[in-house]
Amino acid sequence: MSTNKKTNIAPEMLQKAIILGSLILIIIIFSLLSPNFLTLSNIGGILLATTVNGILSIGITYVMIGGGCDISVGTNMTLCGVMMAVFAVTFELPAVLSVLLGILVGTVVGIVNGFMIAKCKVPPFIQTLGMMMICKGLALVISGAKPIYMDKIENYQVVATGSVIQKITGINIPNGIFIMIGITIVASFLLNKTILGRYTFAIGSNEEAARLSGVNVVKWKLIGYALCGTMSGFAAWFMTARLNSAQPSTGSGYEMDAIAACIIGGASMSGGEGSVSGTIIGAFVMSVLINGLRIMSVPSEWQTVVTGAVVIFAVYLDTLRKKGK
Amino acid sequence: MEGAILKMEHITKSFPGVLALDDCQLELKTGEVHGLIGENGAGKSTLMKILCGIYKKDSGRILLEGREIEFANTRESLANGICMIHQELNLMPHLTVAQNIYINRENEGRHSFLTNDKIINEKAEKYIADLHMNILPTTKVAGLTVAKQQMVEIAKAISYHSKILIMDEPTAALTNDEIEDLFRVVERLKKQDMAIVYISHRMDELKRICDKITIMRDGKYIDTSPIQEITVNEIISKMVGRKIETEGHKKEKHLKNDYILEVRNLTSEGKFKDVSFNLKKGEILGFSGLMGAGRTEVARAIFGADRFDKGEIYVNGKKVSIHKTTDAVKYGIGYLSEDRKAFGILKSLSVEDNIVISSYKRLSHRITGVVKKKECSQAAEEYVEQLQIKTPHLRQKIQFLSGGNQQKAIIAKWLLKNSDILIFDEPTRGIDIGAKNEIYDLLEKLAQEGKSIIMISSELPEILKLSDRIEVMCEGHLTGVLDGHKATQEEIMKLSTAREQGGNKI
Repeated sequence: MSTNKKTNIAPEMLQKAIILGSLILIIIIFSLLSPNFLTLSNIGGILLATTVNGILSIGITYVMIGGGCDISVGTNMTLCGVMMAVFAVTFELPAVLSVLLGILVGTVVGIVNGFMIAKCKVPPFIQTLGMMMICKGLALVISGAKPIYMDKIENYQVVATGSVIQKITGINIPNGIFIMIGITIVASFLLNKTILGRYTFAIGSNEEAARLSGVNVVKWKLIGYALCGTMSGFAAWFMTARLNSAQPSTGSGYEMDAIAACIIGGASMSGGEGSVSGTIIGAFVMSVLINGLRIMSVPSEWQTVVTGAVVIFAVYLDTLRKKGK
Repeated sequence: MEGAILKMEHITKSFPGVLALDDCQLELKTGEVHGLIGENGAGKSTLMKILCGIYKKDSGRILLEGREIEFANTRESLANGICMIHQELNLMPHLTVAQNIYINRENEGRHSFLTNDKIINEKAEKYIADLHMNILPTTKVAGLTVAKQQMVEIAKAISYHSKILIMDEPTAALTNDEIEDLFRVVERLKKQDMAIVYISHRMDELKRICDKITIMRDGKYIDTSPIQEITVNEIISKMVGRKIETEGHKKEKHLKNDYILEVRNLTSEGKFKDVSFNLKKGEILGFSGLMGAGRTEVARAIFGADRFDKGEIYVNGKKVSIHKTTDAVKYGIGYLSEDRKAFGILKSLSVEDNIVISSYKRLSHRITGVVKKKECSQAAEEYVEQLQIKTPHLRQKIQFLSGGNQQKAIIAKWLLKNSDILIFDEPTRGIDIGAKNEIYDLLEKLAQEGKSIIMISSELPEILKLSDRIEVMCEGHLTGVLDGHKATQEEIMKLSTAREQGGNKI
């Protein structure tokens, strides 16, 4: 019995240990290479830089575990940001309401994706590719292709970039990171302790078997995509707060970073595998890498090259691990 | 035994173009193991899928404990105590044993969004212990053997308090010991008054565990009989049917013992073992057997499409090493896949491109690789004429040709490549009767011209009509060779189900 236990729990723990180990290794290397790396302010910067990618990749984790993919999250985020700004600046709605409405926009985009994919059987890649372009276009149309600044709204920026902790302890850790941690915990709970998570794994693992077991595959797939869209909304909130504006021309490319984070974190493109904690570690690996390279004065073009190589290497490691099994 | 728990009457079901079930019936009693037998495509699985609500019947009625029922989906059939264990097991590999058993019942009726693995682990533990399985409920299914996965499915069925359990070829992938375990479980379930439908091809198994047997053929109900009152030979002749019994044999043909291909002890772990045979020049060698007997796997190994573990292959008396398909092609072996759409045709390319695709080395400039357009067209033209491929023109996309003409184009491809050994895997699958005969004629003609042919086919009349000799496989082993000019369907069927001769499972 005990041997059974060993062989069955070890692989995932091992995988997470490998990712976490790599993250720590990267941190140690950069600390040795540059004295500026392991400073409080830089750590705060890394944390803040991870927020947007972290939240987006949590959304994609759900979709990927369910056997799908979503490449519309980046521009969906842009659209949500623009909508928040429009609600707050143009319609002069209260900031809280504007943010909530913006997140709702993201959810609706997710629901449309989910409906088309789960119900109408449009392949996920195609559906979300189309949606990516639709969101991008809509964001530009609605904003008139110009940034919408939110300086008039009091304390908008503080939510994400301010630091409550600093007032209490004097250490500058931005609020955004706590909210990300909160989302991580909730998302992790949903995935591991609720039937939403269970069915997501079931569908990604063997959709036909799930259907024959009586699982309402269409419904749960749709909810997965909706949740992914909601995460884009949350990410938009941070994005607009950090920039104190909605930038209609940014956002493209974020989906790829988010997918990369999921993959580094152990999610499988073929579904059934992945975890929220793994994804968050994956997101940190990416932002630590980029931050470290930047501190080492590596040009940003090369940072991208390195990130790409890391993604491929991470997946290769994973194939090796699976072969070994 | 009391009255029937289940009655299926006058069940008819058609799929586009095929009448899958024609006025079929089945009657089940509690505590009975009921064998359901028939050739591939006889409609056994279809009938059971209708019972489970996976397919909808066109007409007929189903009575469960006297009530007329019709399930819209498996959720309803499960709730009504009918559970089917499919041949390709339907588990979710990334979930644990307990999670699989309790999928969709995480809270057993209570409406809660939360899962509780502790409770389902405890419950699953009980069922696992009942079945004497030595596994933890927290084990992921992906790491279990097929036999254990099957037990998980059975545990699931029991946990649903199922009254009727349908097992579709449950022993197909099990070792002898595992089969014994399974039978013990079946006996126990029977004592607990469960009715079990047991779909299988294996006579010995049916004889051993079934109380009754229902035979189906070509989507029709043939007969039901208590197992003691029917002999294996009777079962086989009812399965095969009189009407197609002797559709003619091949004319005797005298071939020299001139072997173009010799295969010695070819083994691929878990697929086939110690397969040895010869192929004479100009011979059509039939490969018969049931689905999953390992015929395709052997063919793919010889063609270099899959690796094999042991064994030797000789072409024209010389030992050759075949590791990849290009090796096989080099030695003049051509393979025509059973799944023409997936592995045979390049569907969006033209007829011409499909014919010349393997011969570009010859039909292009040696250094620049520029394709010699004119020669390609000539070559293709030649074969379109020779094989009478019906196509409006050479540039027609192959996907718009009929199945028979697609098959001919693929044959043309290998002829152009000068392949002397052609392996046909189900050459007439999905081809209509008229075109079938054309393909038969073509195969005969090719053999007469000196090509050597291995033909894998699940259709017995086809095997008998064309083969000079017939190799029969059962579960990864060659169980016998028959003379194609004299063999009968019964003989083939016997060898196809000859488990004991197959020996231990590979």
